[in-house]
Amino acid sequence: MTDTPYTSSELLTINAARLLRNGDKVFVGVGLPNLACNLARRTHAPNLLMIYEAGVIGAQPARLPLSIGDPTLVSGALAVCSMYDIFAFYLQRGNVDVGFMGGAQIDRFGNINATVIGDYQHPKVRLPGSGGSMEIAAWANRCYLLTPHSKRRFPEKLDFRTSAGFLSGKAERSAAGLRGGGMLAVVTDLGVLEPDENGELTLVALHPGATVEQARQNTGWPLQVAAELRTTAAPSPEELRILRQDLDPEGIYLKGGA
Amino acid sequence: MTKLIPLSTAVRENVRDGDVVYAAGFTHLIPFAAGHEIIRQKRRDLTLARATPDLIYDQMVAAGCARKVIFSYMGNPGVGSLRIVRSELEAGRLEWEEYSHFGMISRLQAGATGLPFMPMNPTAAGDLERANPHYRTVTDPYSGREVPVVPALKPDVAIIHVQRADAQGNAQIWGIIGEQKEAAFAAERVILTAEEIVDEAVIRSDPNRTLIPGFIVNAVCHVPYCSHPSYTQGYYDRDNAFYLAWDKISSDSAATQSYLDEWVYGVKDRDEYWQKLGQETQARLRIQPNLSAPVDYGVY
Repeated sequence: MTDTPYTSSELLTINAARLLRNGDKVFVGVGLPNLACNLARRTHAPNLLMIYEAGVIGAQPARLPLSIGDPTLVSGALAVCSMYDIFAFYLQRGNVDVGFMGGAQIDRFGNINATVIGDYQHPKVRLPGSGGSMEIAAWANRCYLLTPHSKRRFPEKLDFRTSAGFLSGKAERSAAGLRGGGMLAVVTDLGVLEPDENGELTLVALHPGATVEQARQNTGWPLQVAAELRTTAAPSPEELRILRQDLDPEGIYLKGGA
Repeated sequence: MTKLIPLSTAVRENVRDGDVVYAAGFTHLIPFAAGHEIIRQKRRDLTLARATPDLIYDQMVAAGCARKVIFSYMGNPGVGSLRIVRSELEAGRLEWEEYSHFGMISRLQAGATGLPFMPMNPTAAGDLERANPHYRTVTDPYSGREVPVVPALKPDVAIIHVQRADAQGNAQIWGIIGEQKEAAFAAERVILTAEEIVDEAVIRSDPNRTLIPGFIVNAVCHVPYCSHPSYTQGYYDRDNAFYLAWDKISSDSAATQSYLDEWVYGVKDRDEYWQKLGQETQARLRIQPNLSAPVDYGVY
């Protein structure tokens, strides 16, 4: 399909970068979303503004940050503020265009579990918890999520709903008085899911070489497929070069799967 | 009237068994030296509150200091799981109270500003609000809509590390300022640790940078390198290698105890700890200066 082989992490990162628009103010997480934003800045979105929940606005990291509070985010940034301010003045006020989400489980309406597998009071596996996820999902104008495509990640039912996607459908989300458009794309290593008119995540694109059958087999609910199924453009040599040479030369995030 | 005292004295006088402790700092300026001193002094039944418990609370829980944790993100930042807190929760041996980041920080904001609770816009996810009875709702008297609220958090003691402070505790912080100011104003008592103790005139030369006024501070401690393996902006780097190493150490209880024996119980104070880290680590964490353009306050 392409001349240059690539890893699934590279595939996710490149497809996430393509979702970003020039001038977007993005609430960035560490790992692949951070790489996606930096890739977008070096390609089609030079005026992307990166906001970190640690309270950094307009970061220009000179090195790959391991943690979300790395000092490289501060040096050369436009502004630094308190945690209360970043969540209140920036996120709650509606000043964030894009939020990147993560989670152990995502359901068909884009709701997320980042809290627990099993019962909350008697956890089987205790996950880190919301962090800023509850607020980003509710108040960023557009939310995106990158994840490997598997039944474990896409169960029929969440063990715990940490963050709102479309709740039980678009009507419930809009009645709840949340900001923004909710979970507008989930990028997996097989393709891209987007909400239909009711908010149900639907397969709208496949990556080169992936099949509908693979996507269905790896989804925990009966996956709907869009009438006009797109194929994403394979990662270009230029996108791969920027990722490998400039952004993650040691392959900390890009080497393996997602 | 100087408040400058050794950290061991500050902990002895201000941290009591059963206290709610808030050791502040979002990734930056985490007061590890104070956490280690609390471990050495064998405080028990503490409630440890932090948005991100980080390695400092993993170590304090491992040492048996804690009865309960209050948090909003329980992970090893950039690495993965916070293994000890996590396994204690899963085993039912540690109580917990959980918020989102904004919920947690809103609790401190209420505590710091003398309000009984803090309203937030709805997030609608619902499950955490059902799981934690401290989340409540009130009716917005203007629109009639339901608004989620969280109660004020007022720690018994806050521990705050800063770049520089004077002997009265007027303290300046730059870089990521997380929730230090809020924790200090919310707490009953404040222990301040500082990389540098400076003359009051240095503080007065740049008053906009003072986040914490001395009059809310109980003890000032001069503790260089206090935040390692966290960092102090402009002084030394975050020791990411240690955060990765802790993932292995903390997966084994014998390795964890031997870490505590060697690096906490086995040293008398932070100075000895820093010397023990050795020149190679010290050199790895050294950084080049990057000065801001000066600002002119003018003569009036």
